[in-house]
Amino acid sequence: MKKFGLYFLTFVMIASIAITCFACSSKEETSTGGNVLPKETRIRLATTTSLYDTGLWSLLEPLYEEEYGVELDILYAGSGVAFEYGRNCDIDVLTIHSKADELQFIADGYGMERIPFAYNHFVIVGPADDPAGIAGMSPEEAFATLAEQQDSKFISRYDKSGTHTKEKAIWAAAGYNYSDIESSGDWYVKAVQGMAPTLLMADEVGGYTLSDIGTFLANQGDLVSLVDSGSIMLNVYSVIAINSSKCTSMSSASVAGANDMVEFLTSDEVQELIDNYGAEQYGQSLFTACYGNEPTE
Amino acid sequence: MDDLWGAFVQAIHLIVSRDPDVMDIAWRSLWIAAASTAICVVVCLPLGSLIHFNRFRGKHLLLSLLQTLFSMPTVVVGLFVYIMVSHSGPLGMLNLVFTPTAMVIGQTILIIPMMLGLVISAFSGVDKAVMETATSLGANRLQAYTVNIKEAKFPMMTAVAMGFGRAISEVGASMIIGGNIVGYTMTLTTGINRYIQMGDLEQAFALGVILMFMALLINIAIYLLQKRRQYVWFPS
Repeated sequence: MKKFGLYFLTFVMIASIAITCFACSSKEETSTGGNVLPKETRIRLATTTSLYDTGLWSLLEPLYEEEYGVELDILYAGSGVAFEYGRNCDIDVLTIHSKADELQFIADGYGMERIPFAYNHFVIVGPADDPAGIAGMSPEEAFATLAEQQDSKFISRYDKSGTHTKEKAIWAAAGYNYSDIESSGDWYVKAVQGMAPTLLMADEVGGYTLSDIGTFLANQGDLVSLVDSGSIMLNVYSVIAINSSKCTSMSSASVAGANDMVEFLTSDEVQELIDNYGAEQYGQSLFTACYGNEPTE
Repeated sequence: MDDLWGAFVQAIHLIVSRDPDVMDIAWRSLWIAAASTAICVVVCLPLGSLIHFNRFRGKHLLLSLLQTLFSMPTVVVGLFVYIMVSHSGPLGMLNLVFTPTAMVIGQTILIIPMMLGLVISAFSGVDKAVMETATSLGANRLQAYTVNIKEAKFPMMTAVAMGFGRAISEVGASMIIGGNIVGYTMTLTTGINRYIQMGDLEQAFALGVILMFMALLINIAIYLLQKRRQYVWFPS
Protein backbone atom coordinates (compact mmCIF):
# COMPACT_ATOMS: atom_id res chain seq x y z
CA MET A 1 0.00 0.00 0.00
CA LYS A 2 2.88 2.35 0.64
CA LYS A 3 3.66 2.83 -2.98
CA PHE A 4 0.06 3.08 -4.06
CA GLY A 5 0.53 6.40 -5.83
CA LEU A 6 3.49 5.11 -7.75
CA TYR A 7 1.66 1.96 -8.73
CA PHE A 8 -1.38 3.96 -9.70
CA LEU A 9 0.62 6.21 -12.03
CA THR A 10 2.26 3.21 -13.65
CA PHE A 11 -1.11 1.56 -13.94
CA VAL A 12 -2.69 4.61 -15.55
CA MET A 13 0.12 4.93 -18.10
CA ILE A 14 0.07 1.25 -18.99
CA ALA A 15 -3.70 1.00 -19.02
CA SER A 16 -4.20 3.99 -21.28
CA ILE A 17 -1.55 2.72 -23.68
CA ALA A 18 -3.04 -0.77 -23.57
CA ILE A 19 -6.57 0.47 -24.19
CA THR A 20 -5.60 2.51 -27.21
CA CYS A 21 -3.32 -0.27 -28.45
CA PHE A 22 -6.07 -2.83 -28.10
CA ALA A 23 -8.61 -0.60 -29.77
CA CYS A 24 -6.52 0.01 -32.83
CA SER A 25 -4.24 -3.03 -32.85
CA SER A 26 -4.78 -3.69 -36.53
CA LYS A 27 -4.38 -0.02 -37.44
CA GLU A 28 -1.34 0.48 -35.28
CA GLU A 29 0.65 -2.10 -37.23
CA THR A 30 0.28 -0.13 -40.40
CA SER A 31 0.68 3.33 -38.90
CA THR A 32 3.72 2.77 -36.69
CA GLY A 33 5.09 0.17 -39.11
CA GLY A 34 5.16 2.88 -41.74
CA ASN A 35 7.85 4.73 -39.82
CA VAL A 36 10.18 1.75 -39.68
CA LEU A 37 9.65 0.03 -43.03
CA PRO A 38 10.74 1.62 -46.32
CA LYS A 39 8.93 4.93 -46.44
CA GLU A 40 5.80 5.02 -48.53
CA THR A 41 5.52 8.00 -50.82
CA ARG A 42 3.72 10.89 -49.15
CA ILE A 43 2.41 13.62 -51.40
CA ARG A 44 1.74 16.93 -49.65
CA LEU A 45 -1.16 19.07 -50.74
CA ALA A 46 -2.02 22.42 -49.18
CA THR A 47 -5.64 23.29 -49.74
CA THR A 48 -7.75 26.32 -49.15
CA THR A 49 -10.14 25.73 -46.28
CA SER A 50 -13.31 25.91 -48.36
CA LEU A 51 -12.48 22.81 -50.40
CA TYR A 52 -11.99 20.95 -47.14
CA ASP A 53 -14.87 22.37 -45.10
CA THR A 54 -17.34 21.36 -47.79
CA GLY A 55 -16.11 17.77 -47.46
CA LEU A 56 -14.86 17.61 -51.06
CA TRP A 57 -11.38 16.46 -50.08
CA SER A 58 -12.74 13.71 -47.84
CA LEU A 59 -14.37 12.35 -50.99
CA LEU A 60 -11.40 12.80 -53.32
CA GLU A 61 -8.53 11.80 -51.00
CA PRO A 62 -9.17 8.02 -50.97
CA LEU A 63 -9.79 8.04 -54.74
CA TYR A 64 -6.43 9.69 -55.42
CA GLU A 65 -4.59 7.45 -52.95
CA GLU A 66 -6.05 4.33 -54.50
CA GLU A 67 -5.43 5.36 -58.09
CA TYR A 68 -1.77 6.32 -57.62
CA GLY A 69 -0.80 4.13 -54.64
CA VAL A 70 0.56 6.97 -52.52
CA GLU A 71 -0.33 8.59 -49.20
CA LEU A 72 -1.88 12.02 -49.60
CA ASP A 73 -1.14 14.41 -46.74
CA ILE A 74 -3.60 17.30 -46.80
CA LEU A 75 -2.61 20.54 -45.10
CA TYR A 76 -5.61 22.66 -44.34
CA ALA A 77 -4.74 26.33 -44.65
CA GLY A 78 -5.96 29.67 -45.82
CA SER A 79 -4.48 30.66 -49.18
CA GLY A 80 -1.95 32.98 -47.52
CA VAL A 81 -0.51 30.16 -45.41
CA ALA A 82 -0.69 27.73 -48.35
CA PHE A 83 1.48 30.05 -50.47
CA GLU A 84 3.92 30.40 -47.57
CA TYR A 85 4.23 26.58 -47.37
CA GLY A 86 4.87 26.63 -51.11
CA ARG A 87 7.56 29.29 -50.87
CA ASN A 88 9.27 27.20 -48.16
CA CYS A 89 9.14 24.15 -50.48
CA ASP A 90 7.26 22.20 -47.79
CA ILE A 91 4.47 21.02 -50.10
CA ASP A 92 4.24 19.43 -53.56
CA VAL A 93 1.01 20.84 -54.90
CA LEU A 94 -1.69 23.30 -53.84
CA THR A 95 -5.37 23.97 -54.53
CA ILE A 96 -6.32 27.60 -53.95
CA HIS A 97 -8.63 30.40 -55.06
CA SER A 98 -6.78 33.69 -55.20
CA LYS A 99 -5.93 34.44 -58.81
CA ALA A 100 -3.68 37.50 -58.46
CA ASP A 101 -1.64 35.79 -55.71
CA GLU A 102 -1.43 32.62 -57.78
CA LEU A 103 -0.02 34.49 -60.77
CA GLN A 104 2.51 36.22 -58.50
CA PHE A 105 3.47 32.85 -56.99
CA ILE A 106 4.12 31.46 -60.47
CA ALA A 107 5.94 34.61 -61.60
CA ASP A 108 8.23 34.20 -58.57
CA GLY A 109 9.15 30.78 -59.92
CA TYR A 110 7.59 28.64 -57.17
CA GLY A 111 4.63 27.28 -59.11
CA MET A 112 4.30 25.53 -62.47
CA GLU A 113 1.07 26.19 -64.33
CA ARG A 114 -2.19 27.55 -62.90
CA ILE A 115 -4.95 25.14 -63.88
CA PRO A 116 -8.55 26.04 -62.94
CA PHE A 117 -10.58 22.94 -62.13
CA ALA A 118 -13.77 24.23 -60.50
CA TYR A 119 -15.63 27.42 -59.74
CA ASN A 120 -18.61 28.75 -57.86
CA HIS A 121 -19.65 32.10 -56.46
CA PHE A 122 -19.14 34.19 -53.40
CA VAL A 123 -22.21 35.36 -51.58
CA ILE A 124 -22.80 38.17 -49.10
CA VAL A 125 -24.76 36.63 -46.26
CA GLY A 126 -26.49 38.12 -43.26
CA PRO A 127 -29.44 37.83 -40.89
CA ALA A 128 -32.83 36.99 -42.43
CA ASP A 129 -34.39 40.34 -41.42
CA ASP A 130 -31.56 42.17 -43.24
CA PRO A 131 -31.38 45.33 -41.05
CA ALA A 132 -29.09 47.13 -43.52
CA GLY A 133 -31.42 46.35 -46.42
CA ILE A 134 -28.80 45.10 -48.87
CA ALA A 135 -30.82 42.21 -50.35
CA GLY A 136 -30.75 42.22 -54.13
CA MET A 137 -28.10 44.95 -54.44
CA SER A 138 -24.92 44.55 -56.44
CA PRO A 139 -21.94 43.48 -54.29
CA GLU A 140 -20.36 46.94 -54.60
CA GLU A 141 -23.59 48.72 -53.57
CA ALA A 142 -24.07 46.31 -50.68
CA PHE A 143 -20.57 46.96 -49.33
CA ALA A 144 -21.02 50.73 -49.78
CA THR A 145 -24.31 50.60 -47.86
CA LEU A 146 -22.72 48.69 -44.97
CA ALA A 147 -19.78 51.11 -44.82
CA GLU A 148 -22.00 54.21 -44.88
CA GLN A 149 -24.48 53.00 -42.25
CA GLN A 150 -21.95 51.34 -39.93
CA ASP A 151 -24.96 50.12 -37.90
CA SER A 152 -24.60 46.44 -38.73
CA LYS A 153 -21.46 44.46 -38.10
CA PHE A 154 -19.43 43.10 -40.99
CA ILE A 155 -17.28 40.09 -40.08
CA SER A 156 -14.11 39.92 -42.15
CA ARG A 157 -12.00 36.75 -42.44
CA TYR A 158 -8.96 39.05 -42.16
CA ASP A 159 -6.55 36.13 -42.62
CA LYS A 160 -5.02 36.70 -46.07
CA SER A 161 -7.20 33.90 -47.41
CA GLY A 162 -8.64 33.90 -50.93
CA THR A 163 -11.92 35.07 -49.47
CA HIS A 164 -10.20 37.96 -47.70
CA THR A 165 -8.45 38.90 -50.95
CA LYS A 166 -11.82 38.87 -52.71
CA GLU A 167 -13.33 41.05 -49.98
CA LYS A 168 -10.58 43.63 -50.49
CA ALA A 169 -11.21 43.53 -54.25
CA ILE A 170 -14.90 44.30 -53.67
CA TRP A 171 -14.05 47.22 -51.35
CA ALA A 172 -11.77 48.58 -54.06
CA ALA A 173 -14.45 48.12 -56.74
CA ALA A 174 -16.93 49.93 -54.50
CA GLY A 175 -14.55 52.90 -54.41
CA TYR A 176 -13.14 52.51 -50.90
CA ASN A 177 -9.60 52.51 -49.69
CA TYR A 178 -9.23 49.27 -47.70
CA SER A 179 -7.01 50.84 -45.05
CA ASP A 180 -9.82 53.32 -44.30
CA ILE A 181 -12.33 50.49 -43.99
CA GLU A 182 -10.23 48.37 -41.64
CA SER A 183 -9.72 51.27 -39.25
CA SER A 184 -13.22 52.73 -39.45
CA GLY A 185 -14.67 51.33 -36.25
CA ASP A 186 -16.30 48.53 -34.33
CA TRP A 187 -18.71 47.65 -37.11
CA TYR A 188 -15.83 46.07 -39.06
CA VAL A 189 -14.92 42.90 -37.15
CA LYS A 190 -11.62 41.16 -37.90
CA ALA A 191 -12.18 37.48 -37.22
CA VAL A 192 -8.77 36.05 -38.31
CA GLN A 193 -10.49 32.67 -38.56
CA GLY A 194 -11.49 30.08 -41.13
CA MET A 195 -14.75 30.43 -43.06
CA ALA A 196 -16.86 28.18 -40.84
CA PRO A 197 -16.04 30.00 -37.56
CA THR A 198 -16.49 33.34 -39.33
CA LEU A 199 -19.99 32.31 -40.44
CA LEU A 200 -20.72 31.13 -36.91
CA MET A 201 -19.60 34.51 -35.59
CA ALA A 202 -21.76 36.40 -38.10
CA ASP A 203 -24.70 34.23 -37.06
CA GLU A 204 -24.07 34.91 -33.35
CA VAL A 205 -23.80 38.70 -33.63
CA GLY A 206 -26.39 39.14 -36.38
CA GLY A 207 -23.77 40.51 -38.77
CA TYR A 208 -22.91 40.24 -42.44
CA THR A 209 -20.00 38.46 -44.07
CA LEU A 210 -18.62 37.38 -47.43
CA SER A 211 -18.46 33.61 -47.98
CA ASP A 212 -17.94 31.12 -50.75
CA ILE A 213 -21.27 29.46 -51.49
CA GLY A 214 -19.97 25.96 -50.66
CA THR A 215 -18.89 26.66 -47.07
CA PHE A 216 -21.98 28.82 -46.57
CA LEU A 217 -24.37 26.01 -47.53
CA ALA A 218 -22.51 23.61 -45.23
CA ASN A 219 -22.51 26.04 -42.25
CA GLN A 220 -25.59 28.16 -42.80
CA GLY A 221 -27.04 28.52 -39.31
CA ASP A 222 -29.76 31.21 -39.41
CA LEU A 223 -27.96 33.24 -42.05
CA VAL A 224 -29.40 33.81 -45.51
CA SER A 225 -27.76 34.67 -48.82
CA LEU A 226 -28.56 38.31 -49.68
CA VAL A 227 -26.28 39.16 -52.60
CA ASP A 228 -25.24 36.43 -55.00
CA SER A 229 -24.85 38.03 -58.43
CA GLY A 230 -22.23 40.21 -60.03
CA SER A 231 -19.19 39.19 -62.05
CA ILE A 232 -16.84 40.15 -59.23
CA MET A 233 -18.29 37.30 -57.14
CA LEU A 234 -16.78 34.58 -59.35
CA ASN A 235 -14.68 32.16 -57.27
CA VAL A 236 -12.24 30.03 -59.25
CA TYR A 237 -10.34 27.12 -57.70
CA SER A 238 -7.11 26.12 -59.36
CA VAL A 239 -4.41 23.54 -58.84
CA ILE A 240 -0.72 24.46 -59.05
CA ALA A 241 2.17 21.98 -58.89
CA ILE A 242 5.29 23.26 -57.15
CA ASN A 243 8.22 23.97 -59.47
CA SER A 244 10.93 21.42 -58.67
CA SER A 245 13.64 23.49 -60.34
CA LYS A 246 13.01 26.12 -57.63
CA CYS A 247 12.37 23.57 -54.88
CA THR A 248 15.28 21.20 -55.41
CA SER A 249 14.39 19.29 -52.25
CA MET A 250 11.46 17.66 -54.09
CA SER A 251 12.01 13.98 -54.82
CA SER A 252 11.11 12.57 -58.24
CA ALA A 253 8.21 10.78 -56.54
CA SER A 254 6.91 14.12 -55.23
CA VAL A 255 7.16 15.69 -58.69
CA ALA A 256 5.28 12.74 -60.19
CA GLY A 257 2.68 12.90 -57.41
CA ALA A 258 2.10 16.61 -58.01
CA ASN A 259 1.66 16.04 -61.74
CA ASP A 260 -0.66 13.12 -61.02
CA MET A 261 -2.73 15.43 -58.85
CA VAL A 262 -3.16 17.93 -61.68
CA GLU A 263 -4.12 15.12 -64.04
CA PHE A 264 -6.44 13.57 -61.43
CA LEU A 265 -8.34 16.79 -60.68
CA THR A 266 -8.87 17.60 -64.36
CA SER A 267 -9.79 14.05 -65.38
CA ASP A 268 -13.33 13.58 -66.73
CA GLU A 269 -14.24 11.21 -63.93
CA VAL A 270 -13.23 13.57 -61.09
CA GLN A 271 -14.58 16.65 -62.87
CA GLU A 272 -17.97 14.95 -63.02
CA LEU A 273 -17.78 14.12 -59.30
CA ILE A 274 -16.94 17.76 -58.51
CA ASP A 275 -19.72 19.02 -60.74
CA ASN A 276 -22.33 16.97 -58.87
CA TYR A 277 -20.85 17.33 -55.41
CA GLY A 278 -23.34 18.38 -52.75
CA ALA A 279 -26.39 18.24 -55.03
CA GLU A 280 -28.07 15.60 -52.91
CA GLN A 281 -27.28 17.14 -49.55
CA TYR A 282 -27.84 20.83 -50.28
CA GLY A 283 -30.25 20.74 -53.23
CA GLN A 284 -27.68 22.41 -55.46
CA SER A 285 -24.18 21.35 -56.40
CA LEU A 286 -21.46 23.32 -54.63
CA PHE A 287 -19.07 23.59 -57.57
CA THR A 288 -19.13 23.78 -61.33
CA ALA A 289 -16.45 21.82 -63.16
CA CYS A 290 -14.35 23.74 -65.68
CA TYR A 291 -11.96 21.13 -67.12
CA GLY A 292 -8.82 23.23 -66.87
CA ASN A 293 -10.31 26.29 -68.60
CA GLU A 294 -10.75 29.73 -67.09
CA PRO A 295 -14.49 30.18 -66.55
CA THR A 296 -15.93 33.22 -68.30
CA GLU A 297 -19.04 34.79 -66.91
CA MET B 1 -26.72 23.28 -23.12
CA ASP B 2 -28.20 20.85 -25.63
CA ASP B 3 -25.00 21.17 -27.63
CA LEU B 4 -22.87 20.33 -24.63
CA TRP B 5 -24.98 17.39 -23.61
CA GLY B 6 -25.10 16.10 -27.19
CA ALA B 7 -21.34 16.42 -27.44
CA PHE B 8 -20.88 14.61 -24.15
CA VAL B 9 -23.10 11.76 -25.32
CA GLN B 10 -21.21 11.66 -28.60
CA ALA B 11 -17.88 11.54 -26.74
CA ILE B 12 -19.04 8.59 -24.64
CA HIS B 13 -20.32 6.91 -27.78
CA LEU B 14 -17.02 7.44 -29.60
CA ILE B 15 -15.09 6.00 -26.64
CA VAL B 16 -17.39 3.04 -26.02
CA SER B 17 -17.64 2.12 -29.70
CA ARG B 18 -13.85 2.56 -30.01
CA ASP B 19 -14.28 4.65 -33.13
CA PRO B 20 -11.14 3.79 -35.16
CA ASP B 21 -10.42 7.39 -36.20
CA VAL B 22 -10.74 8.73 -32.67
CA MET B 23 -8.68 5.88 -31.20
CA ASP B 24 -6.03 6.54 -33.84
CA ILE B 25 -5.89 10.23 -32.86
CA ALA B 26 -5.85 9.45 -29.12
CA TRP B 27 -3.10 6.87 -29.59
CA ARG B 28 -1.00 9.31 -31.60
CA SER B 29 -1.39 12.05 -28.96
CA LEU B 30 -0.36 9.56 -26.30
CA TRP B 31 2.76 8.18 -27.97
CA ILE B 32 4.04 11.56 -29.16
CA ALA B 33 3.69 13.01 -25.65
CA ALA B 34 5.15 9.85 -24.08
CA ALA B 35 8.14 9.88 -26.45
CA SER B 36 8.83 13.55 -25.72
CA THR B 37 8.58 12.93 -21.98
CA ALA B 38 10.90 9.93 -22.19
CA ILE B 39 13.54 11.93 -24.07
CA CYS B 40 13.23 14.70 -21.49
CA VAL B 41 13.77 12.26 -18.62
CA VAL B 42 16.93 10.94 -20.28
CA VAL B 43 18.22 14.49 -20.76
CA CYS B 44 17.00 16.10 -17.52
CA LEU B 45 18.13 13.58 -14.90
CA PRO B 46 21.88 13.83 -15.65
CA LEU B 47 21.72 17.50 -16.63
CA GLY B 48 19.68 18.35 -13.53
CA SER B 49 22.17 16.49 -11.31
CA LEU B 50 25.09 18.35 -12.85
CA ILE B 51 23.44 21.73 -12.37
CA HIS B 52 22.26 21.05 -8.83
CA PHE B 53 25.43 19.50 -7.41
CA ASN B 54 27.88 21.90 -8.98
CA ARG B 55 28.62 25.51 -8.17
CA PHE B 56 29.34 27.64 -11.18
CA ARG B 57 29.09 31.21 -12.37
CA GLY B 58 25.61 32.22 -13.51
CA LYS B 59 23.82 29.34 -11.78
CA HIS B 60 21.16 31.64 -10.36
CA LEU B 61 20.72 33.30 -13.71
CA LEU B 62 20.29 29.88 -15.34
CA LEU B 63 17.71 28.84 -12.75
CA SER B 64 15.63 31.98 -13.18
CA LEU B 65 15.92 31.62 -16.94
CA LEU B 66 14.57 28.07 -16.66
CA GLN B 67 11.73 29.31 -14.50
CA THR B 68 10.86 31.94 -17.12
CA LEU B 69 10.83 29.26 -19.81
CA PHE B 70 8.29 27.21 -17.80
CA SER B 71 5.62 29.29 -19.43
CA MET B 72 7.23 29.49 -22.85
CA PRO B 73 4.40 29.97 -25.36
CA THR B 74 3.84 26.81 -27.37
CA VAL B 75 3.34 28.69 -30.64
CA VAL B 76 6.77 30.28 -30.32
CA VAL B 77 8.38 26.86 -29.92
CA GLY B 78 6.28 25.64 -32.83
CA LEU B 79 7.31 28.50 -35.06
CA PHE B 80 10.99 28.08 -34.13
CA VAL B 81 11.00 24.34 -34.86
CA TYR B 82 9.02 24.85 -38.08
CA ILE B 83 11.56 27.38 -39.34
CA MET B 84 14.37 24.97 -38.45
CA VAL B 85 12.91 21.87 -40.12
CA SER B 86 11.21 23.56 -43.09
CA HIS B 87 12.77 22.68 -46.43
CA SER B 88 13.95 26.28 -46.64
CA GLY B 89 15.47 26.05 -43.13
CA PRO B 90 18.81 24.77 -41.83
CA LEU B 91 17.54 21.22 -41.14
CA GLY B 92 15.42 21.00 -44.29
CA MET B 93 17.38 18.13 -45.80
CA LEU B 94 16.21 15.83 -42.99
CA ASN B 95 12.66 15.93 -44.41
CA LEU B 96 11.16 16.30 -40.96
CA VAL B 97 8.59 19.01 -41.58
CA PHE B 98 4.96 17.90 -41.01
CA THR B 99 5.98 14.55 -39.46
CA PRO B 100 5.28 13.08 -35.99
CA THR B 101 9.06 12.99 -35.40
CA ALA B 102 9.24 16.76 -35.74
CA MET B 103 6.32 17.06 -33.29
CA VAL B 104 8.27 15.00 -30.74
CA ILE B 105 11.21 17.39 -31.18
CA GLY B 106 8.91 20.37 -30.64
CA GLN B 107 7.27 18.96 -27.51
CA THR B 108 10.65 17.94 -26.12
CA ILE B 109 11.97 21.49 -26.47
CA LEU B 110 8.74 22.77 -24.97
CA ILE B 111 8.82 20.71 -21.77
CA ILE B 112 12.58 20.46 -21.15
CA PRO B 113 12.82 23.74 -19.15
CA MET B 114 9.90 22.75 -16.94
CA MET B 115 11.14 19.23 -16.29
CA LEU B 116 14.71 20.41 -15.74
CA GLY B 117 13.46 23.00 -13.24
CA LEU B 118 11.31 20.45 -11.41
CA VAL B 119 14.14 17.89 -11.33
CA ILE B 120 16.49 20.48 -9.80
CA SER B 121 13.88 21.47 -7.23
CA ALA B 122 13.35 17.77 -6.47
CA PHE B 123 17.08 17.46 -5.73
CA SER B 124 17.01 20.49 -3.45
CA GLY B 125 14.37 18.75 -1.36
CA VAL B 126 16.81 15.96 -0.52
CA ASP B 127 18.70 16.30 2.74
CA LYS B 128 22.33 17.32 2.11
CA ALA B 129 23.36 14.61 4.56
CA VAL B 130 22.41 11.99 1.97
CA MET B 131 25.10 13.22 -0.40
CA GLU B 132 27.68 13.52 2.38
CA THR B 133 26.91 10.08 3.77
CA ALA B 134 27.08 8.46 0.35
CA THR B 135 30.41 10.13 -0.38
CA SER B 136 31.86 9.26 3.03
CA LEU B 137 30.88 5.63 2.48
CA GLY B 138 33.03 5.65 -0.64
CA ALA B 139 30.41 6.25 -3.36
CA ASN B 140 31.75 7.80 -6.54
CA ARG B 141 30.00 10.77 -8.15
CA LEU B 142 27.67 8.70 -10.31
CA GLN B 143 26.65 6.46 -7.40
CA ALA B 144 26.03 9.49 -5.19
CA TYR B 145 23.81 11.05 -7.87
CA THR B 146 21.88 7.79 -8.15
CA VAL B 147 21.28 7.67 -4.39
CA ASN B 148 19.95 11.23 -4.57
CA ILE B 149 17.66 10.43 -7.48
CA LYS B 150 16.27 7.49 -5.51
CA GLU B 151 15.68 9.72 -2.49
CA ALA B 152 13.82 12.23 -4.64
CA LYS B 153 11.83 9.73 -6.64
CA PHE B 154 8.37 11.03 -5.72
CA PRO B 155 8.94 14.65 -6.71
CA MET B 156 10.74 13.21 -9.76
CA MET B 157 7.59 11.28 -10.70
CA THR B 158 5.63 14.49 -10.29
CA ALA B 159 8.05 16.20 -12.68
CA VAL B 160 7.48 13.43 -15.23
CA ALA B 161 3.72 13.60 -14.89
CA MET B 162 3.74 17.42 -15.18
CA GLY B 163 5.92 17.27 -18.29
CA PHE B 164 3.68 14.64 -19.85
CA GLY B 165 0.61 16.71 -19.00
CA ARG B 166 2.04 19.80 -20.69
CA ALA B 167 3.08 17.80 -23.75
CA ILE B 168 -0.24 16.07 -24.33
CA SER B 169 -2.32 19.20 -23.79
CA GLU B 170 -0.34 21.66 -25.90
CA VAL B 171 -1.74 22.66 -29.27
CA GLY B 172 0.36 25.47 -30.74
CA ALA B 173 3.58 23.59 -31.41
CA SER B 174 1.94 20.43 -32.75
CA MET B 175 -0.25 22.50 -35.01
CA ILE B 176 2.54 24.44 -36.68
CA ILE B 177 5.14 21.67 -36.80
CA GLY B 178 2.81 18.80 -37.67
CA GLY B 179 0.46 20.64 -40.00
CA ASN B 180 -2.59 18.83 -38.55
CA ILE B 181 -2.73 16.16 -41.28
CA VAL B 182 -5.62 13.74 -40.83
CA GLY B 183 -4.37 10.22 -40.11
CA TYR B 184 -0.73 11.30 -39.78
CA THR B 185 -0.05 14.29 -37.54
CA MET B 186 -3.47 15.15 -36.13
CA THR B 187 -3.56 14.84 -32.34
CA LEU B 188 -6.42 15.35 -29.89
CA THR B 189 -5.67 19.04 -29.40
CA THR B 190 -5.06 19.91 -33.03
CA GLY B 191 -8.06 17.75 -33.98
CA ILE B 192 -10.23 19.87 -31.67
CA ASN B 193 -8.95 22.93 -33.49
CA ARG B 194 -9.70 21.40 -36.91
CA TYR B 195 -13.26 20.42 -36.03
CA ILE B 196 -13.92 23.92 -34.64
CA GLN B 197 -12.63 25.39 -37.91
CA MET B 198 -14.98 23.09 -39.80
CA GLY B 199 -17.93 24.09 -37.63
CA ASP B 200 -18.34 20.60 -36.13
CA LEU B 201 -18.42 21.66 -32.48
CA GLU B 202 -19.82 18.36 -31.21
CA GLN B 203 -16.97 16.28 -32.57
CA ALA B 204 -14.50 18.88 -31.27
CA PHE B 205 -15.99 18.70 -27.80
CA ALA B 206 -16.02 14.90 -27.93
CA LEU B 207 -12.25 14.91 -28.52
CA GLY B 208 -11.98 17.43 -25.68
CA VAL B 209 -13.79 15.08 -23.30
CA ILE B 210 -11.38 12.28 -24.18
CA LEU B 211 -8.41 14.60 -23.58
CA MET B 212 -9.86 15.77 -20.26
CA PHE B 213 -10.38 12.16 -19.27
CA MET B 214 -6.70 11.40 -19.93
CA ALA B 215 -5.64 14.56 -18.08
CA LEU B 216 -7.88 13.62 -15.15
CA LEU B 217 -6.19 10.24 -14.77
CA ILE B 218 -2.76 11.88 -14.86
CA ASN B 219 -3.80 14.45 -12.27
CA ILE B 220 -5.23 11.84 -9.94
CA ALA B 221 -1.85 10.14 -10.17
CA ILE B 222 -0.01 13.37 -9.35
CA TYR B 223 -2.33 14.02 -6.42
CA LEU B 224 -1.77 10.57 -5.01
CA LEU B 225 1.98 10.93 -5.43
CA GLN B 226 2.07 14.24 -3.60
CA LYS B 227 -0.16 12.90 -0.87
CA ARG B 228 2.23 10.02 -0.47
CA ARG B 229 5.08 12.48 -0.08
CA GLN B 230 3.44 14.53 2.63
CA TYR B 231 1.92 11.89 4.82
CA VAL B 232 3.02 8.46 5.87
CA TRP B 233 -0.09 6.41 5.33
CA PHE B 234 0.96 3.31 7.20
CA PRO B 235 3.85 4.06 9.53
CA SER B 236 5.99 0.98 9.77
